[in-house]
This record gives sequence, structure tokens and C-alpha cells, in this order.
Amino acid sequence: MKTERKSRIVVFFLSLLIWILITMVCSIPSLIAGIIIALITSIFAGEMLIITERKFHLKRVWYTIEYLVKFTWELIKANFHVAYIVIHPLLPIKPGIVKVKTKLKRDSALTMLANSITLTPGTLTVDIDVDNQILYVHWIDVKFTDIEQTTKDIGGRFEKLLEEIFE
Amino acid sequence: MHDLALNQIIGYIIICGGIIFDFFGVLGLVRLPDVYNRLQAATKSVTFGSVGILLGVFIYSGFTATGFKAILCAIFILLTSPVSAHAIAKAAHKAGIKLTDETIIDLYQEDKELQK
Repeated sequence: MKTERKSRIVVFFLSLLIWILITMVCSIPSLIAGIIIALITSIFAGEMLIITERKFHLKRVWYTIEYLVKFTWELIKANFHVAYIVIHPLLPIKPGIVKVKTKLKRDSALTMLANSITLTPGTLTVDIDVDNQILYVHWIDVKFTDIEQTTKDIGGRFEKLLEEIFE
Repeated sequence: MHDLALNQIIGYIIICGGIIFDFFGVLGLVRLPDVYNRLQAATKSVTFGSVGILLGVFIYSGFTATGFKAILCAIFILLTSPVSAHAIAKAAHKAGIKLTDETIIDLYQEDKELQK
């Protein structure tokens, strides 16, 4: 109950901030319209933002920055990988769907892991089996089929950081 | 010749880079064999290309209404485009669309058959 109310308040101020940034007009009618829309948003979708009962930790900020830097680097690498495959006259691909095991449990952490895997070189998340904690990943250039090696190679890049940030 | 400020030149360069990566994504969409491989090219290159273009717009126009809108759009694209790729890939597999003949392994199909 309490976390739900907190989540609604955070959503209200977040949507109001986005409204102000988008409109960039500081007149009273525009601000009133923004407040009404932010209220509607927080009533209908306010409880969906996930807020955990944890204390603020400076270490977590550091891990988030490290994650963002690593993610950007992997994204750039992924794009040059795609460009190389697409330009190559013989299309050097060896596709397949492999399984990756994960230790993460929270929905938010799993979503971020799946998104990170999709935007890193050669891999695309197809499905998640939440009960068994298995991700099905389409790999454009399959190197291993063994579940332990794929977990180390695909999931290992982000799993530790996401565990520190979300769990 | 126009007189361009430094930030406008950098903005134009980044926009051109984004357009080049968008082009690679589209080329992949045409050249690669099946829906999953095409999604790979489409998601990665088009996300990075579009975010690059929007970032270029932000650097070009600075801290104005246009710039903030570009940054917000970039964040939304970065968060939503992988999710839509998961949805399309899962739906394609569910609809029984075959993987290309070059595919060497499909553990997802094996697990689905085990559960039946």
C-alpha cells in the first residue's frame, strides 16, 4: 500500500517534468494542463513503476554508470559486427537458438538483461522461461551450444552488474 | 558558404553517421535469409542509427525545446525497440515460421516439443 502511493507520487512528478521539457512553455494554462495530465497518468498507471524498499547506496550509482558505459561500447561493437556481416559478399552467418541460464529473479532485472542481450553483438532474445530462469537467445554466429559456455559468453557480460543494480 | 558553429558541424557529422548505420540495417533487412536474422540487423542498426540521428539533432540545436524532445525520443527508442523485437521474434516462432536452412541448432523448438 505504502510503496504504491510512493510510486504514484514519483510517476506524477516524472510525467510533469517530461511535460515541461516537451512543451518548454512556462505559461499558467500549459502548466495546469500538464498537472491534469500527470494526475490522470498517475491514477491509471502509477502503480506500475517499481520501487523497492532499499536504502540509497552510492555504490549502485557507480555500477549504473559502469553498466551504461559497457552497454554503449557493446552497442557500437554490435553495429560494426552487423555492418561487417551485411557488407561481406558471402554473408558469414551460422545462426541458431541457444539457451542461457540466469540468476536474476526480479522482472525489471530480467527485462534489462533481455534488452541488453538484444542490443549486443550477434544475439537476440526470443523468449524467457521465468520458472526455470532460462533465456532463449537467437545467435547469428553460434560458437558454443553448451548451456554453461553460452551463459558465460552471452549472459556474463551484464549479469553481475545488473544483479548489483536491481537485486 | 554558411558560417557554421562548431556544435552544428559535430551535429551534422553525427547525423550522417546515424544515417549510414540506418542504411546498413536496411541492407541487412534485404540480404539476410530469415525473419530472426533480419530482426537482428533491423533492431541493432536501426536503434543505433536513429538514436545517433536524434543525438545529432540535440547537439545541433542545443538546450532548446527541439533538443530536449530529441533526447526524450532517443531514450524511448532505446527502451522500446528491443522489446518490440522480442515480441516479433516470439510471435514468429509461435506462428511456426521456419528458421533458415543454415541454422545449426534450435533448442527452443526442442524444449517446446518436450513440454507437449
